[in-house]
Amino acid sequence: MKLTDISSDINEWFDGSGPLADIVISSRIRLARNLAGHKFLSRCSTAEKSDILKKLRDVLMSLDLGDKIFYISVDKAPVLSKHFLVERHLISRHHAFGKGPRGVVIAQREFFTAMINEEDHLRIQVLKGGLQLSQCARQINHIDDMIEQKVDYAFSPRYGYLTACPTNLGTAIRVSVMLHLPALKMTGQIEKFLNATRDMGLAVRGLFGEGSEAAGDFYQISNQVTLGISESDIISQFENVIIPEIVEYENAARNQLLSKEGDVLDDKISRAMALLRNAHLISSQEALFLLSHLRLGLNMHEHMGASTPAIDTLCRLIQQGGDADKSQGLSIATINRLFMLTLPAHLQLNYGKPLDPTHRDALRAKIIRSALNQEK
Amino acid sequence: MQCQICNNNDATIHLTEITDGVRSEMHICEHCATEQGITVKSQIPINELLSSLLAVQPTDDELFGPSEKEVSCPHCGFTLEQFRKEAVLGCPYDYEVFEKSLPLLIEKAHNGKTVHCGKVPSKTPKDTKKQIELLDLRQQLEAAVQSEDYELAAKLRDKIKKCET
Repeated sequence: MKLTDISSDINEWFDGSGPLADIVISSRIRLARNLAGHKFLSRCSTAEKSDILKKLRDVLMSLDLGDKIFYISVDKAPVLSKHFLVERHLISRHHAFGKGPRGVVIAQREFFTAMINEEDHLRIQVLKGGLQLSQCARQINHIDDMIEQKVDYAFSPRYGYLTACPTNLGTAIRVSVMLHLPALKMTGQIEKFLNATRDMGLAVRGLFGEGSEAAGDFYQISNQVTLGISESDIISQFENVIIPEIVEYENAARNQLLSKEGDVLDDKISRAMALLRNAHLISSQEALFLLSHLRLGLNMHEHMGASTPAIDTLCRLIQQGGDADKSQGLSIATINRLFMLTLPAHLQLNYGKPLDPTHRDALRAKIIRSALNQEK
Repeated sequence: MQCQICNNNDATIHLTEITDGVRSEMHICEHCATEQGITVKSQIPINELLSSLLAVQPTDDELFGPSEKEVSCPHCGFTLEQFRKEAVLGCPYDYEVFEKSLPLLIEKAHNGKTVHCGKVPSKTPKDTKKQIELLDLRQQLEAAVQSEDYELAAKLRDKIKKCET
């Protein structure tokens, strides 16, 4: 299995399907675990890290996940591959550019990855499209049980699963939901939303996790408290209260755009279309920003039956676009594909060699023009 | 959105007040909020909170009971000073070794909670004594390798293997 086998298409959870997928991009649950009888990584020698890596790698590669699994030695991977794995949400930046023997086990359909020797000995995650936290929880719990049959986890009755950083202690669960909130941004309500979310003790991050900006109006919301509240309570809060509420706000903002600020909406969509169809150099940031407006227009058409001059033009354009399949469901996938395949590492990996920023911007613009103009 | 008071800065503080069932909203900047005597709830993410808590010198004694300041973990050699720098612990037993200092931090990071609630491994981990023994053997092994005492290292490796099975 080579990375280029997966780099030419989007992953399953980003194909625009799943509950509430017009606003909820993905649901992710991550568990942190450490092996009993070993030090945490900050105090481990290289030899001990290698030991842990081998032990966990063997266990993980023997799991039956109902999919092919493969292993990548992150410390030996080329820089471009590391960037690719981060863009793909398969590993964290911390893991990509950390130190010492470390690796990642990935299910080919990308619903599951396990980082070995990140901040903790093991961090497993399950990712699904749309709002599917309960499904993620069931699957990751099952995988965790299977691993636990073969290793001893560091656990204390008082503090739960013991983690290197006390902020992850207890359930050691991180529930993250990625949201697309362009209308809250356009209507000037995003700051209000961010403040309210943070007041609830939740973390808000950008598209690529810690330290990344909210490019393309994508926001990742996750829990911070992991001790003294059970996994199921955290998940149910997200699934039944927090996320539905945010979705409702975004929908209200979309309705507000339609009923009161039609010109603002049409202006954003039309400008995005004009630039994306004609630009010859486009940065990753600009592409994310503009594609976000197209995604909004298409979703408003599909899910709210919205019809404005710009949305109608956009829908015609996508239907005639370079995509072979012209069914409606695929139109969002077309935009999602452009989002992902024009990210810097995806571009270069698919091109076959590293490119300087100007050449990347030119290639990105060409891919987008060709998808939106039927230009081959 | 501009601040409703100075009409100059961006409004970053949004207040909703409900008095006698009447709802009023106010959007102001941080500067004007301070002038009006409105305190703003800090929105520091927990990891930043942790490092800021750890970075503040005067609170050290309150945070880490002075009794544990000089302590180093017998199993991994970790000290609170190192924790202050790195914000991660050295081994699972640090939670016991620094049992006086860590709970305050843990409580702050977890909204006042200090006891686990949720999943428990279905397989009980091997007894604590054995885990500690493993940690200590691995510590000794490292020292043996460092001092190039390969004979001892080989013996320790065998011991670890035996202990693990």
